[in-house]
Amino acid sequence: MHDPDAPDHDDAPSGLTRRNFLTRAGAAGIAGVAASIPLAAALAEGVPEATDAAPDIPGTVPIALRVNGATLRMRIDPRATLLDTLRESVHLTGTKKGCDHGQCGACTVHVNGERVNSCLRLALMHEGDDITTIEGIGSPDALHPMQAAFVAHDGYQCGYCTSGQIMSAVALMKEPCGPRDSDVKELMSGNICRCGAYPNIVAAIQDVRGNSPMRQG
Amino acid sequence: MKTALSTLEMRRATSVAEALEILRDEPRMPIAGATDVYVGLNFGTLPELRYLDIWALDELRTITVNEDVLVLGALATYTMMVASALVQERLPMMIEAARQVGGPQIQNRGTIGGNIANGSPAGDSLPVLAACDAVVVLQSAGAERRVKFTEFYTGYRKTVMRRDELVVAVEVPRVSGRQWFRKVGTRAAQAISKVVVAGVRGEGARIAVGSIAPTVIRLTATERALATGSLDEAMVALRGEVNPIDDIRSTADYRKRVTENLVRRFWTETA
Ligand SMILES: Cc1cc2nc3c(=O)[nH]c(=O)nc-3n(C[C@H](O)[C@H](O)[C@H](O)COP(=O)(O)OP(=O)(O)OC[C@H]3O[C@@H](n4cnc5c(N)ncnc54)[C@H](O)[C@@H]3O)c2cc1C
Ligand code: FES
Ligand code: FES
Repeated sequence: MHDPDAPDHDDAPSGLTRRNFLTRAGAAGIAGVAASIPLAAALAEGVPEATDAAPDIPGTVPIALRVNGATLRMRIDPRATLLDTLRESVHLTGTKKGCDHGQCGACTVHVNGERVNSCLRLALMHEGDDITTIEGIGSPDALHPMQAAFVAHDGYQCGYCTSGQIMSAVALMKEPCGPRDSDVKELMSGNICRCGAYPNIVAAIQDVRGNSPMRQG
Repeated sequence: MKTALSTLEMRRATSVAEALEILRDEPRMPIAGATDVYVGLNFGTLPELRYLDIWALDELRTITVNEDVLVLGALATYTMMVASALVQERLPMMIEAARQVGGPQIQNRGTIGGNIANGSPAGDSLPVLAACDAVVVLQSAGAERRVKFTEFYTGYRKTVMRRDELVVAVEVPRVSGRQWFRKVGTRAAQAISKVVVAGVRGEGARIAVGSIAPTVIRLTATERALATGSLDEAMVALRGEVNPIDDIRSTADYRKRVTENLVRRFWTETA
């Protein structure tokens, strides 16, 4: 599935899409994320390394994060969660904030291949770790099989929970999980969908696992 | 971004010895999986400003058996315990408990040491540890002591642990008898227990209950009644020794009824 909030490709005539206009305009108003403007630009241009050209803001700390294979240097508020840092400093807004308390799973990312709630992580705790977000697992032109299956099975309605669901589902593929629908449901229990797309989510995951959905509860 | 006005300072320790020296020299709040700490931070209710990240202390990320005692390192996660053949063989009720903590994302980071040290009376591993007479191993710079799990808590979220100490492990002696665990909450996943019971039926009965008192408790009078009398006598003893409260998650009456039902069920299902 193409996440509507994936980083921008400059497809608007001016090179300025609605999304990047809004996020850049928003970032300009937020103290502590001054480095985010050059970072966003660097990401859009596919530059793997970016250094903070912005002046130090008192109270911020330097950090280097490895996100989707690229090392990104920036200054952040030391209290910033990994979720806020990904969204507001790195400008990868595919990772969503639902509850900010570990309860909904919308913010699920992989840290060294393992799924975690990025809202319960301080960015500072993850220097040196490999962080993968929804933007890192597939792109609109080359969907990850799980993304494609979510599209094929209509595994969403509003789409807000979807990147978290897909990140969980991709991690589940490497976890010990029984064949039944109920096994999948247990391992997807950290991801809540307020639209109730659960049957289709389970069907998509079972499809990718090569199990036909069994619907036995 | 956060609304808290305080700043935050974090150190990362790379060995237990280093962590204990840091804690000897200055008070800092340890952070293991951060699944409890960060909820407090996000709510803005955590007064603490200085933290010590202990996640990198791989020495504590172990599950072993030593002289017939199961030793769970403080950084053992729920995911690790669920996957452990040793835990499966010796303490299957811990696997039941671990599988019901939060969701898989929480299980990947939440640790047994964090559940113990956090000391919420609703912590799901706590009745398991109380029912099997576990021992908490605490270390400070140059010293180690062992505290019976049932004497570790002194009140609501209060423990005998000092600020310069870390929980390094919890030791579980061999449990003989059938193990039983049941958690009752609003829903199976991502919900905090309203009542959580762990029981062992061997020679007699060992029953521990969480979420119904300021700390996890052992039902000693009920245990005695079960060992010598009938289930009905045990229910009378139970009513005399549990006195739950109303709170945001449930009412006292509901908790009392559910505790009775669970103890009945434990006794009939392990017969
Ligand atoms: C959405 C959600 C659902 C949850 N569901 C459940 C549930 O169903 N059942 C349940 O029991 N819990 C649940 N929890 C709570 C939490 O996940 C567990 O208590 C977990 O075991 C905490 O471990 P941690 O490593 O993340 O602790 P942290 O958050 O890192 O630390 C918790 C506390 O313990 C201290 N601490 C941690 N490790 C040590 C140590 N080795 N020595 C000394 N002090 C230490 C910290 O200073 C802090 O005070 C849930 C949390 C969330 C966010
Ligand atoms: S935003 Fe992290 S779990 Fe809801
Ligand atoms: S699709 Fe709307 S919340 Fe899941």
